[in-house]
Amino acid sequence: MREYLLGNAAIARGLLEAGVGVVAGYPGTPSSEIIETVVDLKGDSKLHVEWSVNEKVALEVAAGASWAGRRAAATMKHVGLNVAADPFMTLAYLGVGAGLVVICADDPYCHSSQNEQDSRRYAQFAGIACLDPKNPAEAKEMAAYAFEISEKFNIPVMLRPTTRVSHSRSDVEVGEIRPPAGVGHFLKDPAHRVALPVHARPLHADLLAKQKGIEAELEGAPWNRLVLKGKTGVIASGIAGLYAEEAIAELDEEVSLLTLGAYPLPGKMICQMLEHVSRVMVIEELEPVVEEQVKMLARRVNPGLEIMGKGDSIPRHGELDLLTVHNAIARMMKRPERLAAKVPDTGILPPRPPSLCPGCSHRATYYAMKKAFGKNAIFPSDIGCYTMAVNMGTVDTCLCMGASITLASGIRHGDEGASICCSLGDSTFLHGGMTGLLNAAYNKARITVAILDNSTTAMTGHQPHPGTGVTATGEPTVQVSLEALAKALGAGLVETVDPYRLDETIKSFERARDYPGLSVIIARRACVIKARKKGERLRPLQVNEECKGCKICIDFGCPAIEFEGERARINSLCTGCGVCAAICPASAIEEVAL
Amino acid sequence: MRTSECDLVIVGVGGQGVILISDVIGKAAVLAEKRVCGAETHGMAQRGGSVINHTRIGCSFSPLVGLGSADLLVALEPGEALRFAQYLSPEGVALVNTKPVLPATVTAGLARYPPVAEILSALRKHCRRVMDLDAIALAGKAGTAQAMNVVMLGALSSFIPLSQDDLLCSLAQVVPPRFLEANKRAFALGKAEVE
Repeated sequence: MREYLLGNAAIARGLLEAGVGVVAGYPGTPSSEIIETVVDLKGDSKLHVEWSVNEKVALEVAAGASWAGRRAAATMKHVGLNVAADPFMTLAYLGVGAGLVVICADDPYCHSSQNEQDSRRYAQFAGIACLDPKNPAEAKEMAAYAFEISEKFNIPVMLRPTTRVSHSRSDVEVGEIRPPAGVGHFLKDPAHRVALPVHARPLHADLLAKQKGIEAELEGAPWNRLVLKGKTGVIASGIAGLYAEEAIAELDEEVSLLTLGAYPLPGKMICQMLEHVSRVMVIEELEPVVEEQVKMLARRVNPGLEIMGKGDSIPRHGELDLLTVHNAIARMMKRPERLAAKVPDTGILPPRPPSLCPGCSHRATYYAMKKAFGKNAIFPSDIGCYTMAVNMGTVDTCLCMGASITLASGIRHGDEGASICCSLGDSTFLHGGMTGLLNAAYNKARITVAILDNSTTAMTGHQPHPGTGVTATGEPTVQVSLEALAKALGAGLVETVDPYRLDETIKSFERARDYPGLSVIIARRACVIKARKKGERLRPLQVNEECKGCKICIDFGCPAIEFEGERARINSLCTGCGVCAAICPASAIEEVAL
Repeated sequence: MRTSECDLVIVGVGGQGVILISDVIGKAAVLAEKRVCGAETHGMAQRGGSVINHTRIGCSFSPLVGLGSADLLVALEPGEALRFAQYLSPEGVALVNTKPVLPATVTAGLARYPPVAEILSALRKHCRRVMDLDAIALAGKAGTAQAMNVVMLGALSSFIPLSQDDLLCSLAQVVPPRFLEANKRAFALGKAEVE
């Protein structure tokens, strides 16, 4: 049976059809729907699926399950692998029990990310196999196949979809979901489970010795395809292979084509291509991983070969598309390029950047923070919806998950004399902020930390976390207290505020500002999208005739407040948070009467 | 050589229901035993920002429609129609819901939203045919303004190589049963509007 599936849903199906026993991950665009689909499809199956606290935790949980004999997968976005890099690198030495798949979704063009690193490099670095799908159907097949390779060679295997695979849809053949396979028993084996130097040294040699076998196995993988035709060749990997196939079909050229989907790369196949052609273009997104190997092999088998790629027609940054690939191949074939599409004059259009929702409590928290700290304070921030508040002047930094607190500490220790108030969300705090807070307390950083607690992981689609009291599958569980955590980690002053109560929030920030040590403000108000989905309705507001047209409410930036003629007006987007009424100097904003 | 039977670009603002339209089309294509692929916007860009969905019927290649090669541009918001018009082929058709959603830049008085007629005339210079409809009013007539996207689905159904039966069958898979009748009415009103 075929279904029209999102790439991430196809990956989830691939895992389930392969009898996966444990799936763990941390939300991150474009990877989040994998776990959500596993939750939706698992039914009564006894497989364990969890939102872990972060990616390192997720990978270690998955590794433990693998060592207990259950097929296991960890899911994350590309930058999550940086967090999980510690277990990732050494797991390649220690090996697996049942199959272990690391699903790492890359984001060329930074659609929803802080960088566009290429995870194929990581797989190469660790010495493990990497499968690079071109579409949802391949991603599903690869998810299942990854377990087999993992078990055959006793290594973790990376599945590396990109945004245009994870968030694309296509017709996909679906099969039967299998219950978790495997024994569920941890076998004691110190030589392969305890990474002491005495064990690690021979394991490193073993890992290197496996490489030839892995390469030989993958040489026959169905996702490496060679079609020899003319003397001009194209070698393309992952989704670039799809673009190349389409461009060659459009151009109707006799081009030899090698499409690649599995790493380590098939050396023999590449050499066959290089011996056959007189010039070749390598097409891949981001890093020249394939190109470097092609150049190395060409030195041996066809030193005179003309090799094109990065720096010629194929950019090393951003994502590729059909037009770029079409024109790169057209230029090589001396065919006319397809002209860039006619661009209509869009100058009359207003910009429409993504922004905080009407009624979002982060806007109120940032308003109060800035009121208390003043615009000359330093405001390190973090990763979440609130990064979109960069225009409010309270987001001075965004580096990686949890870095707000540690950057703030460093800025203080770097002798910055201004007040410093950093901010991060609840999920981000639990992911990567706790160690930073502990460090700030221990090393006496005099800063204020605002935890913007909307009681969910909002940006990635409202996943639960340990502060919510609910698991990935919706079961009730322990609800960790952020106040108790902050105290335990060493914060001197800990206060909780409701950002909708603006005056109290400002006063609380003022106390934190004046506190002679490490202070934490927990600004708690449920994400407005979630609250409204649950049925919460507050009375909306309106502007009365007292409005002087001062635009202070407009500067607040809520999409529900418009300026019309000489006065402000509140539109139908209003959720009734009431914060604008608190900031209006003319008391011209009031609740709509019942 | 043409590598797809029909290329659509569906655009709008986060929350308007762009993804539902493409999901119905994709499922209908599977019912019709056609290959189909597409790409959509998730994550950061969804929060009140512009969203674009690519759907390619009878295609198993790139999930993205090439610039200048969409047969059909379906816009749930008029400004977004113009913003993404460069995807349209000069031979293409644009279907535009005429009710604007003002971006925060406009409500805050930082930018101006042009008259819809100005947007439509810029579009008309750009492609073969522009059809505009007040899909929100039609959805209201069908019983729920929420079904604006389904009015647009009905309108676009005359321009794609899929049968109405298959589209309605997949609509029933996607819409909750209690809203199905209103959505079917919305579909029919949208279809009638462009015929």
